[in-house]
Amino acid sequence: MDKDDAKKLPYPLIHPDVCKGCGRCISACPKNVLEMSEKFNGSSYHYAQYIGEGCIGCANCYYTCPEPLALEVHVQEKKKTTK
Amino acid sequence: MAEKIIGRLDGLYKDFSRKGGAVTKATHYCPGCGHGVIHKLIAEAMVDLGIEDRTIMISPVGCSVFAYYYFDCGNIQVAHGRAPAVATGISRAEDKSVIVSYQGDGDLASIGLNETMQAANRGEKIAVIFVNNSVYGMTGGQMAPTTLVGEVTSTTLDGRDSDATGFPLHMCEIVNTLDAPVYIERVSVSDISKIRRAKKAIYKALEIQRDAKGYAFVEILSPCPTVVSGNSKANTEFLNTLMEKEFPLGLLRDKSQDAKPFYREDSCFSKDKLDSLFSLSTYGNKDAQIDENFKDLEVKFSGFGGQGVLSMGLMLAKAGCVDGRFVSWYPSYGPEQRGGTSNCAVKISGRQLSTPVIDKTDILMATNRASLDKFAGDVRRGGIIIYDSVIGDYKMPRGVKAIGVPAVEIAKKFGSERAANTVMIGVLMAVGNTNLSDESFERAIEETFVAKPKLIPMNIKVLKEAYEWAKSQ
Repeated sequence: MDKDDAKKLPYPLIHPDVCKGCGRCISACPKNVLEMSEKFNGSSYHYAQYIGEGCIGCANCYYTCPEPLALEVHVQEKKKTTK
Repeated sequence: MAEKIIGRLDGLYKDFSRKGGAVTKATHYCPGCGHGVIHKLIAEAMVDLGIEDRTIMISPVGCSVFAYYYFDCGNIQVAHGRAPAVATGISRAEDKSVIVSYQGDGDLASIGLNETMQAANRGEKIAVIFVNNSVYGMTGGQMAPTTLVGEVTSTTLDGRDSDATGFPLHMCEIVNTLDAPVYIERVSVSDISKIRRAKKAIYKALEIQRDAKGYAFVEILSPCPTVVSGNSKANTEFLNTLMEKEFPLGLLRDKSQDAKPFYREDSCFSKDKLDSLFSLSTYGNKDAQIDENFKDLEVKFSGFGGQGVLSMGLMLAKAGCVDGRFVSWYPSYGPEQRGGTSNCAVKISGRQLSTPVIDKTDILMATNRASLDKFAGDVRRGGIIIYDSVIGDYKMPRGVKAIGVPAVEIAKKFGSERAANTVMIGVLMAVGNTNLSDESFERAIEETFVAKPKLIPMNIKVLKEAYEWAKSQ
């Protein structure tokens, strides 16, 4: 997994070992910032990965992903504007 | 900077340990399968509506047979197509529950079609999530009721031929002919825009359940890349074009605004209530008590149909009831009214029984030779076989005590051959080590003949005579 702690929000977090490489998230991404890995994971699947920038936090990838625990999207909490 | 995570749903387990395998965080579904997407949408709706604690998910037969690996709520897995029946039962017993009946096209539209129609017609409080992928996925892609005309499956190698196998069933439209359903919509999870619409439909169906308003039916066109198209992209295309052409998406009915919540009377399974329901008020037996020290007893009664072996078993079962034990009585007989063989298994225990079936027996009560042939080998070492002596000589298994009883002879002394069963019970009471009180047997006789009170004194005399006979042997 990416060791970069100072990741810029928003970003998707994909767990390579849980991904089965169906590619649905890659098709769903409006910014084309997801790609299929060259490598295989422990279950011999290619896995989806984030190219590292350009995510807008729309969560399209999350909702199209068929694996409930493979992918999550970290976004900035919306601040409630108080007047 | 405050961070929010989309994902990590509370409605699904954080680890699928029930599934097991090398990667317990991954589902058992194929890559690109629609089930996972739909599971997430249901879980999200469940959490958003705050109904996790009262939701009962019904897993069908099909790929989603293991839905209970994933959903963090109540779960039941049911026989093929029987989800509407089980859902009805739960809904009526637990009125406050929210029931989600998760079914595939083979399960709902083929083997379960009748029950689906009946439950919809009654307007049961169920959210039906009907996952339509156009094939039997789990068994390898055979033709299903929803297979498109021309679609190639493993049982329609040249494509579905409507002359031979008819046309796809349109379940939403069929359900829409009924009066009772509150909400009917067809959605798809082929791509992200459709998934967002599906999310709303699922939320709505569950919301209707939260508000106890009635039957909701959501059909979801769902990808099965493994058997339908080979990969996710091609499957999305298949769903968006061919499937949607046959099964147009859209809202067919939404009466949720006008529908009134309806509640049933609280179900009561108390002994008093059941007794009065089944006119058993004469019993007045105490409830069964847990007693770890009570030695479980397993008895088989077997003989010709019409000889009364089933009622003999009932007498023992009743004695167990009188003594406050947990009891089961499980009959087995052929279709003939008389002349065939019949048997029943009686279990008496100090703990709740999980099954009425018995393999080995402590005591066999046999009234014909065929019964000995069939069941003598099942008696445990140190067990007892009590048989009618008219059977004559019989080579009994080793390590088993066998007692031939001249049942008819003893019964005749009191003027009724038909009391031979009572003789057998009297012998059982004397030598059976049943750990049941003698009084409970007498009470059992009284209860057996409650409709013919004249027979009670005679049968009690027969019981005592048989008891004395057995003790004197």
